[in-house]
Amino acid sequence: MSATTLDSILEGRRSQPQQLIEVLQDVQDQYGYIPEEAMKTVARELGISIMEVYRVTNFYNAFSLKPKGKNVITICTGTACHVRGADLLINQARGQLNVKPGNTTTDGIFTLECVNCVGACAVGPVVIHNGTYKHHMTPGKLRKAIDQAGGGIKKKEASHGKAEAI
Amino acid sequence: MAKLKRSEDLKTLRKSLKKKEKDFRSTVIIPNGTCCQASDSQAVIDSLKKELARQGLEKDVSIRLTGCHGFCEQEPIIIIEPGNLFYCQVTPKDAGEIVSKTIMKGVVIDRLLYRDPVSGKKVRTEAEIPFYQAQDRQLLSYNKFIDPCSIEDYIATGGYDALVKTLAGITPEKVIEEIKASGLRGRGGGGFHTGRKWEECQEVSGDEKYVICNADEGDPGAYMDRCLLEANPQLIIEGMMIGAWAVGARQGYIYVRHEYPLAVKHARIAIDQARKYGLLGENILGSSFSFDVQVARGGGAFVCGESTALMASIEGKVGEPRPKDIHTVKSGLWNKPTVLNNVETWANVPAIIMNGAGWFAAKGTAGSKGTKIFALTGQVKNTGLVEVAMGTPLHDIVYGIGGGPQKGNAFKAVQTGGPSGGCLPVSRFDLPVDFDTLGEAGSMMGSGGMVVMDEKTCMVDVAKYFLSFLQDESCGKCVPCRMGVDRMLEIVTDITEGRGRSEQIELLEELAETIGQTALCGLGKSAPNPVLSTLRYFADEYAVHINEKRCPAGVCKELISYEIDSEKCTGCGLCVRACPSEAIKGKKKQAHVIDMQECRKCGICESECKFEAIMVS
Repeated sequence: MSATTLDSILEGRRSQPQQLIEVLQDVQDQYGYIPEEAMKTVARELGISIMEVYRVTNFYNAFSLKPKGKNVITICTGTACHVRGADLLINQARGQLNVKPGNTTTDGIFTLECVNCVGACAVGPVVIHNGTYKHHMTPGKLRKAIDQAGGGIKKKEASHGKAEAI
Repeated sequence: MAKLKRSEDLKTLRKSLKKKEKDFRSTVIIPNGTCCQASDSQAVIDSLKKELARQGLEKDVSIRLTGCHGFCEQEPIIIIEPGNLFYCQVTPKDAGEIVSKTIMKGVVIDRLLYRDPVSGKKVRTEAEIPFYQAQDRQLLSYNKFIDPCSIEDYIATGGYDALVKTLAGITPEKVIEEIKASGLRGRGGGGFHTGRKWEECQEVSGDEKYVICNADEGDPGAYMDRCLLEANPQLIIEGMMIGAWAVGARQGYIYVRHEYPLAVKHARIAIDQARKYGLLGENILGSSFSFDVQVARGGGAFVCGESTALMASIEGKVGEPRPKDIHTVKSGLWNKPTVLNNVETWANVPAIIMNGAGWFAAKGTAGSKGTKIFALTGQVKNTGLVEVAMGTPLHDIVYGIGGGPQKGNAFKAVQTGGPSGGCLPVSRFDLPVDFDTLGEAGSMMGSGGMVVMDEKTCMVDVAKYFLSFLQDESCGKCVPCRMGVDRMLEIVTDITEGRGRSEQIELLEELAETIGQTALCGLGKSAPNPVLSTLRYFADEYAVHINEKRCPAGVCKELISYEIDSEKCTGCGLCVRACPSEAIKGKKKQAHVIDMQECRKCGICESECKFEAIMVS
């Protein structure tokens, strides 16, 4: 964590407790999560108790207490995406990455997230991969996207060649 | 960018902007909102720009990147003016042909035209498209003329005239009278009379007051406000300025959810440009009126759409609602008098001032005036944003503008009003959509989300979906919402997983009633609505789940199983590769079989199979 970056985020906002959420937004954008150290500095510089900073960080979905993976796969679970099969996409990603939504793979390559609605309802179901929106997603398209990003558990029986008759 | 010191400066600026427009041979309009970008509009823009440069036409053809025009299903879209030529589902590969044929020679490329699914005919211009023709686009029609990052575009279309008119001689009292006479009601869902809200705030003494634009559109399945703020941010600012003038506020906030990064960006750019022109700041246009706006980003909490929680969030605190024994118009942000309206409400203000209350009140029903934007989504052919006069029957929106069901399935219901609303069955599609009628039918109009569901949607699952959403989003401050929604979810989960008992229905209703009466905030009070409306109209589906342990729509995992139809299966192996549980086995070109021990019923095989060989039973 670079002290200079945090310093520039706090510039012009010191001793202004009402700036807490804006500051945390910028910290989240910069570091991809809210490091403990940053919380302490923010508390001190804005004049808020560390408990309050933690409470706010914990309350809002925008803030993460853990670092995220190299690839953040966000599946929109808004109503329109839900009725068009967002659950299939969650199942696909869970099965392929072996993580539950809200978690990061042990190798740190993927974070799987769900978001309640990103407002691209008409072209759903929508998946966001590192900030890029993808429309009309299907499990097949998602599988390819995850494969191309270099992840997923390699399946033993990927093709007919190795499949055994049952 | 020189500051506009008097209202005449605005007129002079507009004249000079109009002259510049004439320098171009044609204008290519490309919507580039969030939904457009999801459909790869940026790639189309890049390749068109490249192609224009390659053919040396950069100076003859202007490209205007606008917000979304509403016909999201057909994106990426381009409109070529003059001529109003409308191309849809454009790909980057089409750029060369568009430039060399259409722009250079005026030749229409047939394959890029929109085909009306009802008549089967190709349509040449945007104006002739039935989806648009059936609407009354008072707010959305501006989007195509405006690059949201250009205040000049907004000014060129008559922007800030309403502010000039206000400052030139409409007293705050008269502004409030006008808004009251127009019958404008809050578009966020509450439907409170905007003029009355302003009046109450204006009557409170004190020179520190605030106006807030609520752009925390948290209802899943709704994106009207995102579109308006992304596409026409200056309109929102102008509306807020007129409101601020009326109530006596000097500072405004636009509270935008962080899940809308483009709206945040455009709002910030708009504020910055308005400040540079002196349209925000001290002594605006030489008047005594001073006003400024700031963007506050939401932190991704649904409850922050509630006014008191939103204000707590702007103050940098946890977004928990407080009891409203003292209204926010008297004691709101930092305990000061505050007027909070949502994006679409503010967007309606300038036109009411320009055209008069009578003009606005002429549209709509007795209790709900003007037009309303709806986000038409789900299992319907034409998805997108639809603006119609209040009181338009649901049927006209879903079948007429929406074009009917997708994939030949039958409609089952429309969910309106998000997690505070409910599901209305096909038999109620005759209802006019306004603030009052849908409420009487057990749903609500809400902010304008309209998710269409067909026979493949399980209504018990929908109820469970909303309960899970609300359980996740409950701020936890009051017991009825925190514990009550939790218990309701437990019961509905039992029903979807085959453990349901018929006596649980009564308990569900009792819980719903208690939560409705005792929760602290409006969101908690309305939380049981999705369950109550599905119980009211789809009791038979609940009964089948409970008594027969069956899900007729084939959605509830615990009650269904998948099987491969050996007649239809071609042995292509797609499902074998798709199955994350490795539960499907079989030799190439021979019918496959699902191993029920391994199958996790994720449904991926069914969605991937090209031959409809996966059967749900």
